[in-house]
Amino acid sequence: MNHLLNIFSVVPIQYYLLVSAVLFCIGVFGVLFRRNAIIIFMSVELMLNSVNLLLVAFSTYRNDASGQVFVFFVMAVAAAEVAVGLAILVAIYRNVHTVDIDELKNLKW
Amino acid sequence: MTVFSRNPIHSVIYLIICFFAIAGHYLLLNAQFLFIVNIIVYAGAIMVLFLFTLMLMNLNQDTEQHKPAIARMAAVIASGLLMLVLVAVLRKVDYMPLPPEAQNLAVGTIQNLGKVLLDEYLFPFEFVSVLFLSAMIGAVLLSKKEKPVTK
Repeated sequence: MNHLLNIFSVVPIQYYLLVSAVLFCIGVFGVLFRRNAIIIFMSVELMLNSVNLLLVAFSTYRNDASGQVFVFFVMAVAAAEVAVGLAILVAIYRNVHTVDIDELKNLKW
Repeated sequence: MTVFSRNPIHSVIYLIICFFAIAGHYLLLNAQFLFIVNIIVYAGAIMVLFLFTLMLMNLNQDTEQHKPAIARMAAVIASGLLMLVLVAVLRKVDYMPLPPEAQNLAVGTIQNLGKVLLDEYLFPFEFVSVLFLSAMIGAVLLSKKEKPVTK
């Protein structure tokens, strides 16, 4: 228990801030860079996870359990979003046989 | 590596590694409940869903074309600038830590989180269940095969 308190002083929260910022930027980069819609979904998951990590870090360092409850809600919303998004992707793929987002610029075929 | 590997299956596997690393961070931060939930939900459910969709679409050969060079340059510049701004701002953050004797190590336990979740956040909790129900119905409706119109 006491060595955990040491961790709080050895690893300041700035490190977690930096890790989350870098992870979020990787996610943004993935969304902008790739054309495969599934990989774009995965990059969005990466961004959500970086925010989760930051929320947990703040909740632990500030002694507040609300942050972790909020992470729980974020996970629930992410799961719902992935389910619906992948269902939409499957429907699109069944219609046009591609998941390349540059091919999907028409609203009507 | 999630972003750069050309094969989407490799991408999913790198993403699973990344999620396990984040779960390890949760364990280091003494959030045991979120550690378990992260492994079950992300590494278990969501990644299986991704892999299942990939197999269903049979996309595991690298047929993807790259974006045009100007779009790639724009992506690199935009995310690089975003990272620069975030890091520059976060370096200036003046964070006042709690004194070590005020730290309560029981914050992340299942008991404590359950109390907070079902006392203060009962109403959002019920809404999440409604959200899941609608997401489930939506996913089933969307992925159902469309019947030919009989009228």
